[in-house]
Amino acid sequence: MAIVKHDTVIDNDWITLDAEGDLPAGDVNIIVPLDRWKAEQDSLKGRNGGVGVLLVPGDAPEDIAADLDRLALIAIRFPAYTDGRGYSYARVLRERYGFAGEIRAVGDVLRDQILNMHRCGFDAFDLKDDADTALAKVRAAMAEMTVYYQPTGDGRATAGSLRERRRAGQVG
Amino acid sequence: MYRYDDFDRQLVLERTEQFRGQVARRLSGELTEDQFRPLRLMNGVYLQLHAYMLRVAVPYGTLSGAQLRQLGYIARKYDKGYGHFTTRQNIQYNWPKLAELPDALLDLARVEMHAIQTSGNCIRNTTTDQYAGAAADEIEDPRPYCELIRQWSTFHPEFTYLPRKFKIAVTGAPNDRAAVRVHDIGLRMHQNAEGETGFEVIVGGGLGRTPFVGKTIRDFIGKNDLFSYLEATLRVYNRFGRRDNKYKARIKILVHEIGAEEMARLVEEEWAQIKDGSLKVSDAEIAQYIAQFAPPSFETLPDDDAEFARRKVENPGFAAWVRSNVVAHKQPGYAIANVSLKPIGGIPGDATADQMERVADLADQYSFGDVRVTHEQNLVLPHVKKADLFSLWAELSNAGLATANLGYVTDIIACPGLDYCALATARSIPLSQRISERFGDLDRQHHIGELKIKISGCINACGHHHVGHIGILGLDKRGKEFYQITLGGDASENAAIGKIVGAGFSEAEVVDAIEAIVTRYLEIRDAGERFIDTYRRVGTDPFKEVLYGDR
Repeated sequence: MAIVKHDTVIDNDWITLDAEGDLPAGDVNIIVPLDRWKAEQDSLKGRNGGVGVLLVPGDAPEDIAADLDRLALIAIRFPAYTDGRGYSYARVLRERYGFAGEIRAVGDVLRDQILNMHRCGFDAFDLKDDADTALAKVRAAMAEMTVYYQPTGDGRATAGSLRERRRAGQVG
Repeated sequence: MYRYDDFDRQLVLERTEQFRGQVARRLSGELTEDQFRPLRLMNGVYLQLHAYMLRVAVPYGTLSGAQLRQLGYIARKYDKGYGHFTTRQNIQYNWPKLAELPDALLDLARVEMHAIQTSGNCIRNTTTDQYAGAAADEIEDPRPYCELIRQWSTFHPEFTYLPRKFKIAVTGAPNDRAAVRVHDIGLRMHQNAEGETGFEVIVGGGLGRTPFVGKTIRDFIGKNDLFSYLEATLRVYNRFGRRDNKYKARIKILVHEIGAEEMARLVEEEWAQIKDGSLKVSDAEIAQYIAQFAPPSFETLPDDDAEFARRKVENPGFAAWVRSNVVAHKQPGYAIANVSLKPIGGIPGDATADQMERVADLADQYSFGDVRVTHEQNLVLPHVKKADLFSLWAELSNAGLATANLGYVTDIIACPGLDYCALATARSIPLSQRISERFGDLDRQHHIGELKIKISGCINACGHHHVGHIGILGLDKRGKEFYQITLGGDASENAAIGKIVGAGFSEAEVVDAIEAIVTRYLEIRDAGERFIDTYRRVGTDPFKEVLYGDR
């Protein structure tokens, strides 16, 4: 298991909690399921450690829209790589609500999905590989394509905008 | 026609290399067949009964002569010398070898073609009117919007793992030849009260096991807003479409379960959030695409051509072909020529490499290098001078491509069926061949008039049987093929799902049953009445009577 973020392998200093059970010491960073956040957010907000929320398919990212400044990390789970709901959740969080913290893809995260995830706003990828393999996979996936047709919030220039720029240059 | 620029070329080349890497990982054993499956499916590679199958995209059914020639070359080099045109206006090859696929894709890339998103749970090839830019009844050429949809949907990062496949069709003419009402999204161009051209948005149509005619969720969306509206619709589907059962995962089930009004509300709510964002397309950008599809340099001609008229009188074969296969063009002196891929007793939609090359040459010679593939599995030369029609017909005849049966009873849509397909429950092709032979006489076909027979070899309905005037569904009953008949389906602007007429028929009985239906129709039709109109007037009973008697 290794988490790749911003072209490097990072330590996982977050603990993912279940729907119920005791909280760890107050300075430990925790990721809680959405329902637990909704039920216990008053007490969770008072912790010294970071708090993140885990979204699973079927959750509504709108439910945490008002809380985003309190959250350092949002994990989005892919129970199977074929379940694409998480891509929409990430775009809504990044592009609609302006979430600037880490969006981590967890679960069935495979090499051939990473570029799409990144385009939708994910910046951390939890892979079931050793550190070197994980980093190599993410790097390879990110380099495979360089032309993008759709505008998303990822900052990449689209083919359309580059054509526009070229036309403007020709005119000017 | 749209020509790639360096961005488009780069994207296709990168995709080709990416797939080459994936095939290499599969061949080396690094990927198992299970792991390779979703990757190959994203690139149109299926594993069929006997071999891999490669489905190549023909965006909105438009080909240049050079592209069609290359499809012939690929058929010869990588397949057994033929290809099969599909109901998605694509072409598929049934016998390529896995190790050679990357080279075949590179050969496609050389003529600006690819197999991207021809399968998988993503946005598939956008289809449109095969007469786009030529039809006399057209409001506006839909192809610029189709090309913009192609780009928007290609490797869309958010919509690559939808609940299920997703098909969009566009018509720019009131006479719908693109079956937009039986698509996941159908777009129908029309003008609003202010005289602007835009799109009616129809969602949730589809065939398969649970056929539906789509529902209108918006009467009019302007051109600049089309792409944000599509994105909003796809986002609602991606988030809320069912994923618990693959047979209930198409958007039609979502629309059916929550209702068209609620669907419209969800889409409008989402659209309100993104409509002023970066997907808004400017008039200037749209104009760039319209310019790409500018009409060819037509000559100014009188609409009537004396030589053409004389040839028709002299040559009944030519006259018959003109009557069925030639359609009015918007430019005086020109016509649209349909090339039937339904020879009597042949395999619907199949073309040999020689035929593809011949049609490519004829397109270059007579139709400004423009060829179309139809969802009814034929080809079209859209811009032929009336004065050239006789020479064209003569050359098509020499190539076995001048069957004068467009829209007739032998112009059958059929899926590949049990001869190729791993999902099929019955054979489709041999049945379509037998029906074609039974009704092969041209005078008889003309006498019968427009009659669309569509055959599917299983409940997934790739042969569109639900919207056949006569639909045939092949099933398996205790190890024996039998065929269920539906009547009254229609894929046009008057879209309707056919009704099952009664108990199914054995392989031995089914052609007689079709003939009994046709004979009954001829007995009871009013003068000039098409089969579908007679059916709408009289309903199922007169046909049940001849099929089942007192049974």
